Parts: sequence; C-alpha cells; structure tokens
Amino acid sequence: MIISVASGKGGTGKTLVATSLALSLKDVCRVQLLDCDVEEPNDHLFLHPVIIDSEPVCIPVPKVDYSRCTFCGDCAKICAYKALAVVPGSVLVFDQLCHGCGACSYLCPEGALLEEGREMGVVETGDAGDIRFVQGRLTVGEAMPVPVIRRVKARIDRSATAILDVSPGTSCPVVEAVRDSDYCLLVTEPTPFGLHDLKLAVETVRMLGIPCGVIVNRMTQGETLIHEYCGQGKIPVLLEIPLEREIARLYSNGKTLAEGMPQWQRKFRDIYARITGVPYERNRCAQR
Amino acid sequence: MKEIVVLSGKGGTGKTSIAGCFAALAKDKVLADCDVDAADLHLLLKPEAVRKEEFWSGQSAYIDDKICTGCGLCQELCRFGAIRNLKVDPASCEGCGFCYRVCPVGAITMKYNMAGHWFICDTRYGPLVHARLGIAQENSGKLVALVRQQAKKLAEEARFTVIITDGPPGIGCPVISSLSGADLALLVTEPTLSGVHDLERVIGVCRHFNVPPVVCVNKYDINEEKAVEIEHYCTENGINLAGQIPFDTSVNQAVTQGVPLVEYNDGPASRAVRMVWNNLEGMLSANKTVE
Repeated sequence: MIISVASGKGGTGKTLVATSLALSLKDVCRVQLLDCDVEEPNDHLFLHPVIIDSEPVCIPVPKVDYSRCTFCGDCAKICAYKALAVVPGSVLVFDQLCHGCGACSYLCPEGALLEEGREMGVVETGDAGDIRFVQGRLTVGEAMPVPVIRRVKARIDRSATAILDVSPGTSCPVVEAVRDSDYCLLVTEPTPFGLHDLKLAVETVRMLGIPCGVIVNRMTQGETLIHEYCGQGKIPVLLEIPLEREIARLYSNGKTLAEGMPQWQRKFRDIYARITGVPYERNRCAQR
Repeated sequence: MKEIVVLSGKGGTGKTSIAGCFAALAKDKVLADCDVDAADLHLLLKPEAVRKEEFWSGQSAYIDDKICTGCGLCQELCRFGAIRNLKVDPASCEGCGFCYRVCPVGAITMKYNMAGHWFICDTRYGPLVHARLGIAQENSGKLVALVRQQAKKLAEEARFTVIITDGPPGIGCPVISSLSGADLALLVTEPTLSGVHDLERVIGVCRHFNVPPVVCVNKYDINEEKAVEIEHYCTENGINLAGQIPFDTSVNQAVTQGVPLVEYNDGPASRAVRMVWNNLEGMLSANKTVE
C-alpha cells in the first residue's frame, strides 16, 4: 500500500505526520518511508537513517560529435525547451534547460548527437531502525525536481507499506509524487490560508482519482473552518493535532510526535486501520 | 526600482503574513505573488480584479486513434512514461514533441495547454499581480516570470520604487524564477531543525544566482537556542539579519480576519515586523547588502 502525505500549503506538518506515521506502524507492518520533497527533504532530520547507498540522478543531455555535425540546425528546431542553439561552427547546449527527452539525438540526421548524463541530484537509501528509508535530494541551483522524484519512487517496495512525504503545492512535483498512491493524507491548518490551499490539494488528488482524508494540525478549540469544508465535501477528518507549545518544541528539536509523545502512536495506527479499508471511497473519487 | 523577494525554503514559515505586512508598510510599491501553485497573498489584501488573463504555455501530445495504427513507437520512445496503452496522460507529458515527430502515420498532434490564469488587481495597498497555475500543470517558472514582468511594468508606469514579491517554498524552478535578478531576498525561517536545514539550501540558491540574502527568524522564541544557532550561522557566513519576530497568537488571528498583522494590532510580533521592514528599507537605500 502506498500512502502519500501532501498539503497544498507548506509548513502544515507533512513531515511531522509522515515520520510519526512511519514510527507508529513499524511494529504493525513492514514500513518504508520515502521523502519525495526533494527540494527540501527533512525526514532524515527526524529519523536519523544510516545511509547505505547513494545513487546519482542523471538526465541524459546532448553532446555534440563535431566530426559528424553539419550544423544543419535541425536539433535546435526540434528542441521544445530551447536547450540547443546552432551558430556557425558550433552547437550550444544549455544543459539546465534540457529535459532529457532524447528527441534531438534520435532525430539528428547525421547521428551527431550523443547523450551524456548530467547529475541533478541523488537518491539515498538506508535504514532508520526498522523503517526502510529512501530520500531524494535535488542539487542546489537545479530547477527540475521531477526526475529525482521519479528515481525515488522507483525504489518503492510494493510488499511494504510505503509512506511518501510530498512537497507543498499542486504542480508537477506534487502530481509526480502523489500519482499511483492508494491513499493521500492532506495535512492542513485551520486558517484561511490552510483552507484555501487544502481546496487546491483536494482538487489535485481528486483529479488523480486518489481517495483522501484530512489531518488538521495546530487545531484550536472551537475552530470549525476546515471541518465545515470537509463536511460539505464528504472528506473524512482523520485526526486533529492541537496547537501546543510542547508539540512545536519537540518538532523544533527534531523529535517526532510518535517518540516525544508515544500516546499519539495509537492515533496514527487508527488512521492506518481506517484507510486500509477504503475501496468504496476510492471508487467514488475516481468517478468524479 | 528595487525588487525584494520573500523566500524561505521550508513552507509555512510566514512568508505571506510578512509580505502582507510589507504591503501595508511600504510606500509606492507593486505587489507580486509568485507562489503560483498556492497563492494566498490576495486573501490578506482583498483585491478587486482589474484584469484576468489566460496563461497558455507548454504543449501536450494528442493521439488521434482514427489514424493510429498501434505500432507503439511513441510509447517505446517516450522517456516520461506519458504514453500508456497508446493514450497520452497529459499530467505526465512534458510536451517535448518527440512522439509527434516520430509517428510514422502522423497520428499525433501537439496542442497548447491553457495552463492557468494571471490577474492584475487593485488593492488598497497598491496594485497586486498574482496567478493561478492550473492543477498539475508544468511551467510554473514561466508563469512566475510573467507575474514579475507584469509587476515590473506596473511599477515603471507608476514610477514606483519598490516591488514586493511573495515567493514559493522550495528551491526548484518557481523559486529560481522568482529570485533571479531580484535586488534582495528576505529569507523567512523558523528556529526548528527543518527550518535551519532548508534555510541553508535556499541561501545556496541565492548565492548561485547572485542575489544577496537577508534572514529574518520568525517565532524565534519557540526555540531560542536554535534561533541563536541561526544568528551564528548568518554571522559566520556574512549574511545580514533583518530581525526576529516573536511567537504571537495574534499573527493567526490577523490571518483569520484577513488583514495584515501590522493593521490588526500593535502587539510584539506586529512591532517586530515593522522593525524588519525598517531594516530592509535601510539596506535597500544604502545598498549595503550587496556582497
């Protein structure tokens, strides 16, 4: 089973939920935690994994074989990303713009474009106690997180419960991370910002046909903003985490909720129990 | 004209609340919300849309199954896994056009995507440009660039001196697009392990694109040791501090009321944000942040 943890708005507590869920489930089932927030991966700060393997993520970028190139300019016309420019006597390759689609090298009439890998990040694998851990890390200054996310997801162990920590937002990195999940936990906070971005996140997961439930973090008494919306949209509110200084303090020191306040483990296990029986919900969402 | 971009690396550190305050404090400015995934600044500034435009960008492949012979070449060559069972999944398609070019029977066409909308608005604080990228769309970087370009145009026309840009979280394409060429980046962080880790990465991006970073620690008193650690880190790395903002429940109350904090009350956080803005103004006019 694949459970992704997403949010729309940043800083609502995805990392807190993903790490605590993983720790709460590790005695119940085989757990794998995959940090797909490759721009700012933080799960390692809480779980302290021992990294065993580090694999560079490369995308293939064109390399010109000048013994064959006739400077015809076809490659520059083919490239949808303007990553190639042909000037007399030279082909300029703008690596940072290249998506690695391979069209230029396949279609070059002279076979003059080879490909070489350009590293844009790494995927690290290891163990954090009983939790199998994978994280992606985009190199600082690189623009495209998606290829790194794809490599992280290639490590998903289908026989385990895979928990995916997703970056904030609703655009391509989020979709890439969340797609193919069996369930998506959306973490939000009871503010107008939290609500606004939750609506966008719900739209995103529904478009992907993935069932979702909401976790309200920093809940204050009497706050009904998120509950009203979820009630109307028939989205289950699975958990409330109160706005408490002690929880904030634990988090600030890199302590998970599941370890710092072990009484929370049962609540996270309850969420898991609830979402493992979701076929009905899944069909309903997919039909929209 | 000077452009300040508010970034953080980690999400939820208070970028929008702070940018909203700057909107109320700065004189003669244009506001730009470059978080095109999840723009929230308009929730604080209560704008009236003056202009709404469509954002057309990028292409997606379409297979005409009347022409398609099912040879499967497109599927075999697509490196983005966007063609499954001879159907294009628009959310995976990166618009490279490889399939369109190789299809032996010309069954594939490339169509432009309506990838979102952008808006120019009037607010009582000045003009605001913001945008809404369509769900699952690509090219957030291009939309960010468009928002900034429109903000700049407005500022030039009105002879305004400052553009305040609310940026997205992370360090990827929309962040780079929000940052490059700006005069100053205010990095809002929080004294948590994650906040510090993410701050270091976004500082790296600022250095990479040659924009001087200035740091502001929000909710500094939830972990004063960490706050001191951030201060030391900044001093050691020659980064100016713009100030510290205490944890104050009125920050949330102001958001709930939909007003910038500095107009909501004159509490400790509100006063601290004013100080931050004063410091930034000083840095911009003296230009002493330029490394």
